[in-house]
Amino acid sequence: MTPKKAMLIDLSLCVGCNACQAGCKEENGLPPSDEKYLSLTAYTALNKYNDLYVRRMCQHCDVPTCVSVCPVGALTKSGAGPVSYDGEKCIGCRYCLQACPFHVPKYEWSSTKPSIRKCKFCPNRIAKGLQPACAEACPTGATKFGDRDELLIEAAGRIKAEPGKYVSRIYGEQDVGGTSMLYLSPVPFEQLGFDSRLGKIPMPMLTMSALSKVPNVVSVGGVLLAGIWWITNRRAEVQAHESSLKKGKTQPQEDDE
Amino acid sequence: MRALKLPRLIGWRPIATTLILAGALAAVARFTLGLGATTNLSDEFPWGLWIGFDFLGIGLAASGFTIVAAVHLFHAEEYEPIVRPAILTAFIGYLLVVLVLIIDLGRPDHFWHPLVMWNPHSVMCEISWCLMLYTTVLSLEFAPILLEKFHIHSPIKWIHAVSLPFMIFGVLLSTLHQSSFGSLYLIVPNRLHALWYTPLLPVLFFISCIASGLSMIVLETLIFSRNGRPFLPTRLRANLAKAIALALAVYFVVRIQDLLSRGGFRDMTTLTYYSVAFWAELLIGFVIPFAMLLFEKVRISPTGLYSASLMVVLGFAFNRMNTAITGLEHYPSQTYFPSIIEIFIMLGITACGFCAFSFIAEHLPIFRIEESGNSHHQEALSGAQEPLFVSPECEDLRPT
Ligand code: SF4
Ligand code: SF4
Ligand code: SF4
Repeated sequence: MTPKKAMLIDLSLCVGCNACQAGCKEENGLPPSDEKYLSLTAYTALNKYNDLYVRRMCQHCDVPTCVSVCPVGALTKSGAGPVSYDGEKCIGCRYCLQACPFHVPKYEWSSTKPSIRKCKFCPNRIAKGLQPACAEACPTGATKFGDRDELLIEAAGRIKAEPGKYVSRIYGEQDVGGTSMLYLSPVPFEQLGFDSRLGKIPMPMLTMSALSKVPNVVSVGGVLLAGIWWITNRRAEVQAHESSLKKGKTQPQEDDE
Repeated sequence: MRALKLPRLIGWRPIATTLILAGALAAVARFTLGLGATTNLSDEFPWGLWIGFDFLGIGLAASGFTIVAAVHLFHAEEYEPIVRPAILTAFIGYLLVVLVLIIDLGRPDHFWHPLVMWNPHSVMCEISWCLMLYTTVLSLEFAPILLEKFHIHSPIKWIHAVSLPFMIFGVLLSTLHQSSFGSLYLIVPNRLHALWYTPLLPVLFFISCIASGLSMIVLETLIFSRNGRPFLPTRLRANLAKAIALALAVYFVVRIQDLLSRGGFRDMTTLTYYSVAFWAELLIGFVIPFAMLLFEKVRISPTGLYSASLMVVLGFAFNRMNTAITGLEHYPSQTYFPSIIEIFIMLGITACGFCAFSFIAEHLPIFRIEESGNSHHQEALSGAQEPLFVSPECEDLRPT
């Protein structure tokens, strides 16, 4: 199995040059411009918080919410990490937009044959053994591509080496069950627009707890309904029977349902 | 059979025609210009009025399964006269919802994909399947009414023979997708306001659909009783009212208890955009009608029952729209109000539903007034003419 890939984004190293966004746009044939928020033309965007720059993109979650909600399986998670999208399957229900905890997928609202757009984690490049365009473009190493396990060790090492420089947390290590994008930050993540309420449990678990009851509802419910039908039916029959034959006769034959 | 007319709603026909035409135009615009140009939906607000309408339509059509279960599975035969109205309501409701869902899809041409591409982890996938299967069950339950009208009897017998498993299947499917509409939102605890988000969403959706579905049926029996004799005896109607009150009470207790146990007291009691919507929904749809239905006088009075049921339906609409819209807004920075085209499409489709209902109710034996004590006999035809879904045991399982 291919080892899980990831990117370590060290916000303390980011100088705000926007090379990642430029590289991404070139790779994906998008019109060049510096965008602050994710959009149809920005699969990654760079926003400034005081003197820190934060780049956003699809987190390529380990247990992706978008993949779990998509009714037709248009979104898939590969072993190496990328969450890919197949516009040929997509029905445009937009559940992925609604459900993604990071507000990542964007929709081609103005098209009559719309698709979803988001960062792809450059699967073609990864397959060829290259790094994603954004990581390659980064001049300072603020975005570093590698095996997830190794990057986690490295991130922990950086925190340990300079505890004053970082808050002691790797965002994405465990959030929503772990993501392929790992962030290090010198200030608490909440100040940088990261949602810290998401918790460690993958979001799809919330749905699974309900969906897993479906087989029970069907089997128990089916038996129960058939049983009630049989009992009430039998009661009516017995009543009719008893009233037709005035004296109590023995029960009618068991003729099963 | 007595001819039943819709209540004299002055100008109903021109209004309906206008709405349907406007809706059709709006639909043309939506398909030629795309969602972006015609709706107020956005990346921040990908679901809007139409999803709310779907919730509403499915919830109000819930009588289809509750009444079928009560009459044919639990043998509460005295309610037989409302089986057909309930099935018709459900059938029309589901067809409309499917229509709106397809209009809502970004790729309507791919609407059939869930049939062949499955994702068992997706609530949406489960709902698509349930909707499709249950609409099929409903068409089977509805078919005998149509066939009977045209005196085609052999399929009716055939349908009767398989009716029991199908009815059970239908009730199960309904239970599943009625609650699953609530499950859709389980995955957005970070977005849906705490006044509506709860792990119990599926349970709450299920309980409330029972109240609203029954209220819808009560409304229909009242409306269609006006010209002729009431086709459901007052006593039975009052019993339905009791069932509604019970469902309302259970809902209220579960909802409030759950909110309090999850620390929602402050959300409930501080005056905000959300708490106003929350209390509007609870008071109109649950508390006030429940209080009204406690009185025997209200339960047996047509006007009283009419108002109470109407409030339940309105409150229910509020509840679903709040879950689908208000609870997801970030007031005041990010709000959503449907575009005129979204509204017209919804109104047009609703008008289609009302027209279809009154047309079918007039031309097919849906509302049948009991002539004798037995609702089963109103046509001088053979046993195959028995009304919809007579349990098969009548023919072949009778003890000998
Ligand atoms: S960040 Fe959103 S779109 Fe990206 S994988 Fe996670 S859930 Fe899917
Ligand atoms: S919009 Fe497309 S990709 Fe997103 S959940 Fe719906 S079908 Fe799947
Ligand atoms: S991984 Fe690829 S698609 Fe994603 S932001 Fe980087 S360059 Fe763009």
